Amino acid sequence: MARVGVLALQGAFREHRAALERLGAQVAEVRLAADLDGLHGLILPGGESTTMARLMTEYALWEPLRAFHARGGQLWGTCAGAILLSGEVQGAPPQFGRQDSLGLLDVTVQRNAFGRQIDSFTTGLDMRGLTGAFPAVFIRAPAFARVGEGVEVLSEFDGQAVAVRQGRVLATAFHPELTGDDRLHELFLQGCLTPA
Amino acid sequence: MTEATTGTPALKQGFAEMFKGGVIMDVVTADQARIAEAAGATAVMALERVPADIRKDGGVARMSDPKMIKEIIGAVSIPVMAKVRIGHIVEAQILQALGVDFIDESEVLTPADDQYHILKHDFKVPFVCGAKNLGEALRRVGEGASMIRTKGEAGTGNVIEAVRHARTVLGEIKHIQARPAEELMTVARDLQAPYELVRYVHEHGKLPVVNFAAGGVATPADAALMMHLGLDGVFVGSGIFKSDNPERRAQAIVKAVTHFQNPEVLAEISEDLGAPMTGINIDDLIPAERLAARGW
Repeated sequence: MARVGVLALQGAFREHRAALERLGAQVAEVRLAADLDGLHGLILPGGESTTMARLMTEYALWEPLRAFHARGGQLWGTCAGAILLSGEVQGAPPQFGRQDSLGLLDVTVQRNAFGRQIDSFTTGLDMRGLTGAFPAVFIRAPAFARVGEGVEVLSEFDGQAVAVRQGRVLATAFHPELTGDDRLHELFLQGCLTPA
Repeated sequence: MTEATTGTPALKQGFAEMFKGGVIMDVVTADQARIAEAAGATAVMALERVPADIRKDGGVARMSDPKMIKEIIGAVSIPVMAKVRIGHIVEAQILQALGVDFIDESEVLTPADDQYHILKHDFKVPFVCGAKNLGEALRRVGEGASMIRTKGEAGTGNVIEAVRHARTVLGEIKHIQARPAEELMTVARDLQAPYELVRYVHEHGKLPVVNFAAGGVATPADAALMMHLGLDGVFVGSGIFKSDNPERRAQAIVKAVTHFQNPEVLAEISEDLGAPMTGINIDDLIPAERLAARGW
């Protein structure tokens, strides 16, 4: 059985936890670096990326998360979580200077690429690896404006990449945890059980 | 690929889910909004005067100047909320036109209508509404609220009412869960709440939307207490910018909400924050000064 964590600093971590538990995974909430011990994978949920980045600095989580990836851990970021995984972040508040990110995904992510809350939308997405449209919920969502050579684009919307994968890192601009469709969680768990 | 759909209940409620485990802070200037964002607020509430000042100044409290709201929207990348008076449909239309991310139909402002709340289903922008008990919460959800906050007693720096309202709502939820299904129509009648929503609470043991605490939260321990009682996050108003050191207090309250189950972390972050806002003993308030009594 896969042992997976959900970064529980803030945001929709309970919904991810519920989806993983529906699929029979053993789930731990990760708030401090020690919580990563013994996990195969970690989901970084949606929420506010500035808030999570700040708390990751406060609790010295950046290096432990990079080390977790380096020793074979699978990572998946949804919405704000995808921003945290990216190499470069556009649209961060100017007073922050450059927004910190893990740099584990060779992409430039554009925050709020589709507008403010009244522009948030749902749609059916075609996704590589899945049969039938995936119900995607985009909430003040980012998009992957630049995608590096080693990065596979799994889905696009309106000409912009919205789901990508690079090695053990998966990132989606939308929120599968809000839909009750667990197919992406299933894919993630399969990845967690595949030897690195 | 199918067409995009906007403004659905799922999108509005899903957005509120993203605030969970977070702190939403009242701000009255773009500078305060930046401080709140840098401290890790998940959203800011733009308003002209924080509740403590509304309480002190008296008079009619209304929706804020659109210019100030636009400045705050321009200053931060986190979501911006703003308040309208209870029942003030036009103030809500104005805030939606400004591109505000969430509207608070709030008893902290002077109510515009003494009988009816806004029909929130009519708007694309989501709404948060206050509630003192489960019936009130479910009536607001029935009207289309995408998020509930317990009312507390805003601007007092005194957490007792927030605790009372949280315990009331959560206790009533447990009570409904324990009732047999055939009693739920009578429960709905007694609560004056929509039957379908009473059934939802019976089945799921929670409100259909995210439920935050508000009103009187002044310290990290207050914020952690509200999380401990079972709420999803915290609104802090006067508690931050009426204290001695808003930056440090704001950061500490954000951390307290994340680590509410960890007393060692709470002890560390509660230290040396400077003086909190001066509180008001709620027993000293004359009934007309109690904001939580507004709305029904």
